[in-house]
Amino acid sequence: MARCIRWAVVAMAAILASGAQAQTGKVTVVTSFSKDVTDPIKKAFEKAVPGTTLEVQNRNTNAGVKFLEETKANNQIDLFWASAPDAFEVLKTKGLLQKYQPKATGIPEKIGSYPINDPQGTYFGFAASGYGIMWNERYAKANKLPDPKEWSDLAKPVYYDHVLMAAPSRSGTTHLTIETILQGEGWDKGWRAIKDMSGNFRQITERSFGVPEAVNSGQVGVGIVIDFFAFSSQASGFPVKFVYPTVTTIVPANVAIVANAPNKAGAEAFVDFLLSPTGQEVLLEPSIRRLPVNPSVYAKAPADYPNPFTNPSLGARVKFDVDLSEKRTNVVDALYDQLITFQLDNLKAATKALHEAETALAKKDNPQARTLVKEARDLIAAMPITEAQAASPEIAGVFTGAKEKGARQAELEQQWASFAKTRYQEAQAKAEQALKLAR
Amino acid sequence: MDRAATSQSPAQFVAHKKAARATLGQMALAIGIAFFLLAFLLFPVATVLYVAFTEKGSGNFTLINFIDFANTDLFVRSFWNSFYVSAMSVVLASVFALPLAYITTRFTFRGAGLIQTLGFLPLIMPPFVGAVAMLLLFGRNGSINLLLDEWFDFKIPFMEGLNGVILVQSIHYFPFILVNLSASLRNIDRAMEEAAQNLGSSGFRLFRRIVFPLAMPGYLAGASLVFVKVFDDLATPLLLNVKDMLAPQAYLRVTSIGIADPMGYVISVVLIVMSVLAMWLSARAMKGRDYATVQRGGGGLMKRSMNRFETILAYSVVTLILLLVLAPHIGLLLLSFATVWSFSPLPDGYTFAHYSRVFGDSFVYIKNTFLYASLAGIIDVVLGVAISYLVLRTKLIGREWLDFMASAALAIPGVVLGIGFLRAFYGVTLWNGQPLATVWIMIVLALAIRRLPYALRACYAALQQISQSLEEAAENLGAGKARTVRRIVLPLMTGGIVAGFVTSFSTAAVELSATLMLVQSNSDAPLAYGLYVFMQTPAGRGPGAALGVIAVLLVAVCSWASHVLIERTQKAKGATS
Repeated sequence: MARCIRWAVVAMAAILASGAQAQTGKVTVVTSFSKDVTDPIKKAFEKAVPGTTLEVQNRNTNAGVKFLEETKANNQIDLFWASAPDAFEVLKTKGLLQKYQPKATGIPEKIGSYPINDPQGTYFGFAASGYGIMWNERYAKANKLPDPKEWSDLAKPVYYDHVLMAAPSRSGTTHLTIETILQGEGWDKGWRAIKDMSGNFRQITERSFGVPEAVNSGQVGVGIVIDFFAFSSQASGFPVKFVYPTVTTIVPANVAIVANAPNKAGAEAFVDFLLSPTGQEVLLEPSIRRLPVNPSVYAKAPADYPNPFTNPSLGARVKFDVDLSEKRTNVVDALYDQLITFQLDNLKAATKALHEAETALAKKDNPQARTLVKEARDLIAAMPITEAQAASPEIAGVFTGAKEKGARQAELEQQWASFAKTRYQEAQAKAEQALKLAR
Repeated sequence: MDRAATSQSPAQFVAHKKAARATLGQMALAIGIAFFLLAFLLFPVATVLYVAFTEKGSGNFTLINFIDFANTDLFVRSFWNSFYVSAMSVVLASVFALPLAYITTRFTFRGAGLIQTLGFLPLIMPPFVGAVAMLLLFGRNGSINLLLDEWFDFKIPFMEGLNGVILVQSIHYFPFILVNLSASLRNIDRAMEEAAQNLGSSGFRLFRRIVFPLAMPGYLAGASLVFVKVFDDLATPLLLNVKDMLAPQAYLRVTSIGIADPMGYVISVVLIVMSVLAMWLSARAMKGRDYATVQRGGGGLMKRSMNRFETILAYSVVTLILLLVLAPHIGLLLLSFATVWSFSPLPDGYTFAHYSRVFGDSFVYIKNTFLYASLAGIIDVVLGVAISYLVLRTKLIGREWLDFMASAALAIPGVVLGIGFLRAFYGVTLWNGQPLATVWIMIVLALAIRRLPYALRACYAALQQISQSLEEAAENLGAGKARTVRRIVLPLMTGGIVAGFVTSFSTAAVELSATLMLVQSNSDAPLAYGLYVFMQTPAGRGPGAALGVIAVLLVAVCSWASHVLIERTQKAKGATS
């Protein structure tokens, strides 16, 4: 009997030891990056730090954040690795990230006007990406679409029903594009521009990747996407083109060590590798094609590679206020969803009527119709809340499940939705009236 | 049918009296199943859904959120859209399924087995690639519309808005009706048909008055599944960018980061209530009717041969339907060989490169998929047989609740179940410190729970068609309950059980939403997950499609094998009679 127990103890110890040994070499990372990105980096990392294996768990950003939240009591994940900085902000506020001081040198503080690293030192930018416009050449030729250059081009009548974007509430990077336009143009003017552009949308997708997918297959002509989607589509042979508009932000994609990481040393090694020159060079591979955050690495890049450190038009125009963005993240998303995503049919109907009225007016002017068109445009642009209200704790608190009592999210959203719906319908009526006058 | 029922009533009277005494074994079985459902369905889901009933700020119990639901235009609109789409999908799915089921079971028809197998394939639409393939063929700039535009200068909006959802959903889910209806048709006693013919009935009248009513359990089982599944499905509307429906709304709410809002969970509760209601209504519709037939030797409806004209007509109808419902798979196959396919009726070129790219990875995925899906399928048919037996053959109090509980699983969004599993089982650690939720067996359990309603409906319909007098005869001859079940009930249910297994197995093989939350490492990942990883990159579209083709082939082979099995047992039965 005693011998049995001893054997059992030895066996248990052996199991535990083998488990522990596996632990030192295994670094587990939750990431939203695709195989195209993770495979080459995994290979390079395992070569640079012998004896380690990188275990990649692929989840989309939202699912990854949820996963870390749900499993924090018994965390098994070492690193979180994704694009959208706001996902890292959420994790940081919930205390799920660990501070670290990376060993890498030569990485500047800012890329464009965006800080590369979290000032509190919980997450680190390792690659930059910018937003822009991607289009399918065959589609553009068949539908006689001109090449777009600026965001405002997309509001032109010729692009009506040809443009696609992901909902900002579903795609952290799209959210940053919207926020960039709002900060660049100001709250009211910014929303006006966004609504003018959105009135031309064919649909609004719920996945970021839904946009390049539709443009690649030619279902939709023009998409608002992050640059690497366009570059890697080109690398795969799709007939697509891409342009950075002047108002764009270059945003870092990030990596962070998860609080209570089971393999803290391994996690730190991975962060250091990613920021080292060897790690940064991997980003230049055609299947990845992201912009390194270490300026010296661009020396090894192909000649036409966009370099945000030397090209001032990339992301430097807008001074991006991270704090402001953070305060109103949920409010901006909910506003976009309620005023645009879920009212798209009404908004499109009004936009179409306006395009027709304006085309008719261009041929034959009519002052009364002009006034009607202007009134219709103002109705569409109207916002249910001001910029100050959007960043106020009362409204922001509605979306964070704040403990204080107050308006419920569903109540508020219903108010916004009916605000937009009635105005879009009025705008459509006015535009149709204007068209009659102009004929 | 009525005649059959009346001739049995004395026997049934006795049966009811006898069944009133539930045996100890039945009670133990019921408690066991209830415990399983509580642990792996109710408890995990409750950990997530209780939020729907709490007040903002205080956390007290409230129903205010449901009032908000009713006051929000978007949700009310979504509710009616979902209802409309589900109802229309049942109609369209019936149009696809009825001719296929009728022709293959009632006539001597070459290739009936092949048609049954092919007709089953649409159910196995791998995530993402299925919709991409559909769009490439039927989308606004899909092959068909590009050709129409070039030749005739017009386009047909197959895939626009709610109509697009109805089209894709009925193609996707019509096999539910096909499988269950065919199983029912096969089980109809030939004597019924002969009796009607002797009395002068034939042709359409025979079908309408005798054959179709007798096949009703199978049709209703399939139709209610289609309705509920379409009502609760979120992937198709989302991939077509239709958001004004309930299930997508729930999903968008639950998975948006940073937003702590109860409405997503409120919608989930509404979905669950609606699904249970639909199941209850279809059970009500069957109540008070007896669909059982006594004779079991006949081996289904008489198969008759067709004349030349009928043959041509039948073949063209079948071919047309198959072409339409298999379009996604044809598109998938093209996509898996395509180099670049963009804004053109057909790909620019063809290559084998995608298959060689996935070849190395796919072995582990295939192994896992096979393991998980077959384990889940086995769990499902065991539970399905047990629950339908308890509900239909015993008088245990609250036995219907087992059925309702299990059916409610249909309505629970996969992501809610996934989060529920994490909440309920991540804190529980095994001896080596590994959380219980990260063991692969949990993926199997989640799949089994999600696919249980399919198997349950099939088993339920099969048992409904078996007359109790057969069991009574066995018991009168001295067989105990257990022996009766083993020697009489189970063999007679084979068709339904296999149909249930195939449905659960094949849909589990391509399920992603709950799996995505629970997969912990690539070595534990099933095919659908590998496909998801590929489909997030432009370069991954071809390899993703190749994996999709592999998944479809894998499941098709299994479903064909089980079809052969049914045919063989039917033949064996016919031979002994």
